Amino acid sequence: MPLLTQQIQDEEDDQYSLVASLDNVRNLSTILKAIHFREHATCFATKNGIKVTVENAKCVQANAFIQAGIFQEFKVQEESVTFRINLTVLLDCLSIFGSSPMPGTLTALRMCYQGYGYPLMLFLEEGGVVTVCKINTQEPEETLDFDFCSTNVINKIILQSEGLREAFSELDMTSEVLQITMSPDKPYFRLSTFGNAGSSHLDYPKDSDLMEAFHCNQTQVNRYKISLLKPSTKALVLSCKVSIRTDNRGFLSLQYMIRNEDGQICFVEYYCCPDEEVPESES
Amino acid sequence: MKFRAKIVDGACLNHFTRISNMIAKLAKTCTLRISPDKLNFILCDKLANGGVSMWCELEQENFFNEFQMEGVSAENNEIYLELTSENLSRALKTAQNARALKIKLTNKHFPCLTVSVELLSMSSSSRIVTHDIPIKVIPRKLWKDLQEPVVPDADVGYFVIWLCESCYPWSFFSFCLPFLRLCKILNLQVIEANLDGELNLKIETELVCVTTHFKDLGNPPLASESTHEDRNVEHVAEVHIDIRKLLQFLAGQQVNPTKALCNIVNNKMVHFDLLHEDVSLQYFIPALS
Repeated sequence: MPLLTQQIQDEEDDQYSLVASLDNVRNLSTILKAIHFREHATCFATKNGIKVTVENAKCVQANAFIQAGIFQEFKVQEESVTFRINLTVLLDCLSIFGSSPMPGTLTALRMCYQGYGYPLMLFLEEGGVVTVCKINTQEPEETLDFDFCSTNVINKIILQSEGLREAFSELDMTSEVLQITMSPDKPYFRLSTFGNAGSSHLDYPKDSDLMEAFHCNQTQVNRYKISLLKPSTKALVLSCKVSIRTDNRGFLSLQYMIRNEDGQICFVEYYCCPDEEVPESES
Repeated sequence: MKFRAKIVDGACLNHFTRISNMIAKLAKTCTLRISPDKLNFILCDKLANGGVSMWCELEQENFFNEFQMEGVSAENNEIYLELTSENLSRALKTAQNARALKIKLTNKHFPCLTVSVELLSMSSSSRIVTHDIPIKVIPRKLWKDLQEPVVPDADVGYFVIWLCESCYPWSFFSFCLPFLRLCKILNLQVIEANLDGELNLKIETELVCVTTHFKDLGNPPLASESTHEDRNVEHVAEVHIDIRKLLQFLAGQQVNPTKALCNIVNNKMVHFDLLHEDVSLQYFIPALS
């Protein structure tokens, strides 16, 4: 990588508030694709890694965490670096050498950000060909704080993702909501839709092989806008395990565990607020 | 005017089919020029196609086992035909595993290029599929518009040539494609090259600026030797072109070239010259004004 090394020599790393290098760009692009349901994303970088946040309708928030260990080099000069970026353009740039490259060829990435008002610089290299992308950054917007605290979690289920994959890809989209029932007693874990063709219920038994953990303390029935949850299918498809949690206010947290090509683990998290209050008696 | 040709070799047949497919992707209608030793597929679209032109040349003897032709007259021993390129590629679709292919010029109510394909069959009797492709014979006075395009000389505009050997151009093209997909949003692009064999593709929008650097592509002897001293005024040639034209050209490639040449005439045009043993394809994309 002649240009890359030259670039490294030429530039003082100190001028950048964020420098990150990756041997395989797909370790980053795959995770970002999992939260790509809106055009723009806000990026937060701290010494622990990068968090990328996408929000919709002030009701749903997706966070992708790429911890510092995933990168071969990761330096943050300030306590935290924040900027907003066009995620579509970023993903297009990251996959400039193709999203499914020939086996044995890896695209290397070096990402630099100088600070407020500067563009995000990407240096991508594959087979001696170098692409330099300057993506203009935008004023960071304040992101929602769902105040989802693990001490308030009432019910928690960990499933192998394959168990949920089919259910999510075949959700009846004519239904406005997805109703999630979590309970220490039957039906334990139920997904329901109420569409034009009728209602459908999908039950997962507590002792199913797909169920990795089942900690339900109280029966909870909550409805979520199906249009808001549907984008999480992208993360579900990539993930190996999913943790489904609800807190005392009925807020939903979906945590997806994604294993990248090098076997490292990353997390993508979706928060969604409930659609409406449901009377206790209905199930 | 007479024309009759026959291919019996399977590999030649396959190759010819692939070329006709490529032509169909590059040009809706094209001119077929038949001369005693060459076949040319020509696209000379002055305006309708944004000024893109193409010149594809095959040596007749590398493809055909029999080849007879008689031009308009003894001194102008050539035939120029206009045809819808898709009709030819569709007719040849059946020819891929055929035993033989015959092409001849016929007159059945209207002038036709008759393509007969002799197919293999389990029994001893063979089957023959015949396609009649309607054509227009181009009169002698219009021939002058259909001559091989000339690349402007170095004294008109500075130009840099980029050359690759063996399979390298192919990897270049496969690199290009995702890049070009990205810049489809914006149909403006800069190709820039210098004498050190570096080629840059650039796009710039309000959101993003992307540059891809290809290094060590090498200059052909022609560029580095001939007029090197006149050239050192400028070190870079660049041209803005309509990205869709380039995309169309790259997407239409079905014949892997052994050599690829890219001439950049400063602010005028990009000229691609792809060579595959017995086929040469030239493609000209004019600069955006």
